[in-house]
Amino acid sequence: MNTLEIKNLNVSIDGQAILKDFSLTIPKGEVHALMGPNGTGKSTLAKVIAGHEDYTVESGEVLLDGVNILGGEPDDIAKAGLFLAFQYPLEIPGVSIANFIRAARQARLPEGEDINAVEYYKELYAKMDALKMDRKFTARSLNEGFSGGEKKRCEILQMSMLDPKYCIMDETDSGLDIDALRIVSEGVNLMRSEERGFLVITHYQRLLDYIVPDVVHVMFDGRIVHSGDAELAKELESKGYDWVKEEFVGAPA
Amino acid sequence: MNTILENPTQTTLANAPAWLADRRTAGLEQFKALPMPSARDEMWRFASVGRLSIDGFNVTDAPAAETLTALVERSNLITKREGLSVYVDDSPAAFEGISEALSAKGVVYLPIAEAIAQHPELMEKYFLKESTELGSEKFFGLHAASVKAGSVLYVPKGVEIEKPFVNYYWTSGARAAVFPHTLVIAEDNAKASVVDIFFSETEENEALNVSVSNIHAGAGANVFRKIVQDWNEKTVSFQLDTTVADRDAQVKNVAVNIGAERARFENQTRIEGPGADVKMYSLTVAEENQEFDQRTFQTHNAGNAVSDLLYKNALLDNARTIFSGLIKVAEGAQQTDAYQTNRNLLLDPTAEANALPGLEILANDVKCSHGATTGNVDEDELFYMMSRGISKRVAMQLMVFGFFEEVIEKVESDELAENLRILIRNKFESKIK
Ligand SMILES: Nc1ncnc2c1ncn2[C@@H]1O[C@H](COP(=O)(O)OP(=O)(O)OP(=O)(O)O)[C@@H](O)[C@H]1O
Ligand SMILES: [Mg+2]
Repeated sequence: MNTLEIKNLNVSIDGQAILKDFSLTIPKGEVHALMGPNGTGKSTLAKVIAGHEDYTVESGEVLLDGVNILGGEPDDIAKAGLFLAFQYPLEIPGVSIANFIRAARQARLPEGEDINAVEYYKELYAKMDALKMDRKFTARSLNEGFSGGEKKRCEILQMSMLDPKYCIMDETDSGLDIDALRIVSEGVNLMRSEERGFLVITHYQRLLDYIVPDVVHVMFDGRIVHSGDAELAKELESKGYDWVKEEFVGAPA
Repeated sequence: MNTILENPTQTTLANAPAWLADRRTAGLEQFKALPMPSARDEMWRFASVGRLSIDGFNVTDAPAAETLTALVERSNLITKREGLSVYVDDSPAAFEGISEALSAKGVVYLPIAEAIAQHPELMEKYFLKESTELGSEKFFGLHAASVKAGSVLYVPKGVEIEKPFVNYYWTSGARAAVFPHTLVIAEDNAKASVVDIFFSETEENEALNVSVSNIHAGAGANVFRKIVQDWNEKTVSFQLDTTVADRDAQVKNVAVNIGAERARFENQTRIEGPGADVKMYSLTVAEENQEFDQRTFQTHNAGNAVSDLLYKNALLDNARTIFSGLIKVAEGAQQTDAYQTNRNLLLDPTAEANALPGLEILANDVKCSHGATTGNVDEDELFYMMSRGISKRVAMQLMVFGFFEEVIEKVESDELAENLRILIRNKFESKIK
């Protein structure tokens, strides 16, 4: 029950199959890395789980602690405990970071109950300090004019403020310099606990040096073709994906 | 029926001077002589003139004392102020004049009739002198013939006043016609701000408004005018506003438009001296069958000056907006910077935003830009916000507020900004599902 379980997921867009019988189980307390060449469907997987409407779910289930969330509204899925750190965070003009996260927290409270503003800001500032984000950012429009690295830090800030049960991080490391990578990774590591599971999508071993995964999966053409321990990521780094493809294509159907 | 439009008459004020009688008569003649607007008229393009049902309205008697008291009590959007006037159906309900200290400096803040009696030369020079060139000349005539309510603010040379003068114009009686007038004269290097607020007593009382506002900003003067138009949706409204800016004057207009069934806003700016800087900002929430018809005119008769216009409209349901903006740079008005931007956010596919930006430039060394954009709610932005647990409705509200924030920030008063947010939120609460 304490898992995010993706079962035989088939997803297409405009009639073209993207996820093909994709299955993966992430227990709480574990970090799973998902790697794979461009265009294999990693972001599609993340967005489908988060409730994006553009994709057609042909079949399958996504069980969050045993409850199917597939096909739900994005806000309901988030409130059930899922958080997606976007590969390309959107810019929302005129909506400040502070107000945005506050609205997200408010949405998790029962009707009629209000956020304690003092405590909220205390927590927000502490978490921003930890991510080395300037406090002036709270008043800035969400992601508007942010650098690539600033956007990714802001994703992790939201993730830590919303206390999710399962985190999917889609290429959070891209756009980060070495220092930012370390700071963001520390933020994520602080969130690692027996109560929380992670799916970390990345192309690079360097992230996994900081956020050491329990399991590494290689995705190719809409499904996982290989799984292993943290060593697998290192192997991929040195050998590339070709051997995986060969193994996959060579494997009996 | 004996209504003001079928049988208009001049309003007479006691001991009215001859010049005023002349202006009223001329106004009445203009109203009678000019035809009703037609859709074929360029100045009324896209406007649904067929819906201009303005007959059947009339000047009403003063409302009951309880009504006046109740509405004065509700005139509480801005508590930190220098002066206050409240009119209900053009009858005076409350007036807080200025301090003796300001009077001693020569500042005048008075209801129109008293200003005419006490400062005839000043009023002769400025009152009812600025008509409109944007299509509602007929209605300006009606205003000139009928106006009796409104406030005059005169700030002499070098006097600076920080707190605003607040004028409330209410409608209350059945099918009332009102003709509010705000006149601001800031002499050289004077500083002042006014807030005009248009409210209806109930959601139901039908009304016709033909208001006029004129700002005269002398050399180096600084004037800030805010307008809150929140009539009920049974009101037909014409606001005919003109700003005249002299050398180095700084004038800022911020208009928030929420109400009326049909609101025509003609906003003219005339730059008469180099170095002037005039801003015209507006935000509008249009819902149901509301129509907001916005016509603007930035005239640069002197060079080296700036005018900057930003009109933002959010539309729901079957609402319509029309933005038609004209920039005219006179020959010799070199080094003019004139900007004009209209942005429309469509929250429902049935809403309709029309934009007609225009330029007429007779000088060669100028920087002018004009542009209009109309867009829908961005689905990816919506998904991003919802993926944080925020409901679709709240996400859309945040987006609309984000869209407006650019204008709301410009009111530069936390109290008013917050009150505006509440007014807009109230309008949305039931709307965005
Ligand atoms: N909205 C869409 N419309 C059409 N095709 C899409 C859409 N979204 C994704 N695709 C296609 O689906 C496939 C998988 O895309 P996806 O973004 O999931 O890949 P990815 O594994 O995340 O790649 P990358 O490593 O480059 O981020 C690609 O071929 C992509 O072009
Ligand atoms: Mg991707």
